[in-house]
Amino acid sequence: MEKPPIVCLQGVTKRFDDVTAVDSLSLDIYQGEFLTLLGPSGCGKTTVLRLIAGFETLTSGEISMNGSRLNGTPPNKRNVNTVFQSYALFPHMSVFENIAFGLRMKQYEAKAIQGQVMEALDIVKMTGLEMRMPHQLSGGQQQRVAMARAIVNKPQVLLLDEPLSALDYRLRQEMEIELKRVHRQLGITFVFVTHDQEEAISMSDRIAVMNEGRIEQIGTPIQIYEEPENMFVAKFVGEINVFDGSVREVNNGSAVVDIHGESFPVQNRKKFGIGSDVKVLLRPEDIQVTVDEEWTNGEPSLAGRVEEVIYKGKTVDLIVKLDDGETIFVTQFFNEDQENVIYREGQRVHITWLYGWEVVL
Amino acid sequence: MKRAARFIYLTCIYLFLYVPIFVLIAYSFNDTKYSTNWQGFTWKWYEQLFTDSPLKEALVNSLVIALLSSVTATLLGTLGAFAFYRYRFLGRKVMYSFIYIVMMSPDIVMGISLLMFFITIGLATGPLTLLLAHITFCLPFVVVTVYSRISGFDRNIIDVAKDLGASELQMFRHIMMPMLMPAIIAGWLLSFTLSLDDVVVSFFTTGPTFEILPLKIYSMVRLGIKPEINALSAVMFLLSLVTVTVAHLVTKENR
Repeated sequence: MEKPPIVCLQGVTKRFDDVTAVDSLSLDIYQGEFLTLLGPSGCGKTTVLRLIAGFETLTSGEISMNGSRLNGTPPNKRNVNTVFQSYALFPHMSVFENIAFGLRMKQYEAKAIQGQVMEALDIVKMTGLEMRMPHQLSGGQQQRVAMARAIVNKPQVLLLDEPLSALDYRLRQEMEIELKRVHRQLGITFVFVTHDQEEAISMSDRIAVMNEGRIEQIGTPIQIYEEPENMFVAKFVGEINVFDGSVREVNNGSAVVDIHGESFPVQNRKKFGIGSDVKVLLRPEDIQVTVDEEWTNGEPSLAGRVEEVIYKGKTVDLIVKLDDGETIFVTQFFNEDQENVIYREGQRVHITWLYGWEVVL
Repeated sequence: MKRAARFIYLTCIYLFLYVPIFVLIAYSFNDTKYSTNWQGFTWKWYEQLFTDSPLKEALVNSLVIALLSSVTATLLGTLGAFAFYRYRFLGRKVMYSFIYIVMMSPDIVMGISLLMFFITIGLATGPLTLLLAHITFCLPFVVVTVYSRISGFDRNIIDVAKDLGASELQMFRHIMMPMLMPAIIAGWLLSFTLSLDDVVVSFFTTGPTFEILPLKIYSMVRLGIKPEINALSAVMFLLSLVTVTVAHLVTKENR
């Protein structure tokens, strides 16, 4: 992205007593993007959001918006709005009054308020429910009102603190699509906080994976999923199998790694030297499984036995115990050439993968 | 069988609670000055009460004190509860416990200590000291009532209000106040009734010329119960019935 960042975090640190929630974190947020802060609970992602919103004060560092410093600006003077996990609708106000609150605080005229509230209701598809009270709404509807209440103020940045985590699975998927639509429709910047990697991957333009107050990796969902830069990101985002190996040979951009006595060619992006211990990471869906009877060529492979077969409809998941005791997880898609392949428990199999599909750390 | 037993049990409890009150109301219509025998129906005790009875002046004094003290206690107590909820300051928990101590301490201790205090600072006992004393013992009840409601709120609501551009004052005015209203009303009613029927603290803190109802009745009863007192009690019972009903309706609507 070439555009200048809209929000800039530089060396941001936040300490609560002796706990460091955010540890000298730097991050640029660009105009119009959907950025997700992803991490386990307690990693500091919500604190980052609250710092941008102004609910917490910085211990050190600097946050700027449109090039001007925000430190010390109270939340009611910032051009950002937040959608909370608990929705926090005002229980004594109707849907209309909830959404109108921000505009009333800015002393808009009644006519303008009426129009803008109706527009916001239309965006979140809640037209006709403006006279309801919050307790008369379902969880999903409350969520939509909370969204409308924030976007009606036309903030430059919308902050969303795990807004979907209180919804059930079906509703959550529906709201994911809705959120994306609202994002496209408004064109404003969304900063979204979640601990759910599927949510992050399916909605974001960029993901910042956080751990212990720091950003472990920042990139597009594809980069995060397919090219994790470290073990934390690899393990936190999706299932992954980890093999210990050591580098035997190094060629131009590639290498040969010994794993359990077999030699596998791998890509060598990180330029490991001969003899270094590495970890070879493989997603379950990137592994190929061949049953013993059909195993004809002598390519390097890891031999094992099928422990469990889990039929999933679209895919079949296998748990394979390798001969040296390691247990791995494999996902196989059904395809037309292999229609008859049905795995059985106890079957002997060979594990391989295509050169370049692995990640070496 | 079980239902019948439950019915009898409940009836007994309510008879126990309400029979004395109804006996008193009945006697307020009894046409005799001293006897407890029924001598016929009359309104004259009510007429006396509202024309030239010494009770009338005491009643007005009591109502004025109750109104002023309950309103002041409600204002201060609501702000206090809000402060306990909103801000983190040194000694917050200790201070909150001290509120309970004032609530629990016996009236007699409170009465004497307030009297000593007023004497020490050279304040002559009278309407002002009485008012101050009533505010003091009503205040904790308001703080506790309002705090118990406010502490059940979603904390994010405050953040949301600020996020949407409200200043601290606007947030309090538009969000906290309406949401707290049922508790504020409950606290106010509690203060009002506490102030209206307090005897012990008032005994120590009022002056000789300023008479209030409970003390007046207390002094009159020493010479035997007059029928006007019965009439007055009946009126006050009716009043409390009305206030309780109103309070119930108001809080129900707000929920």
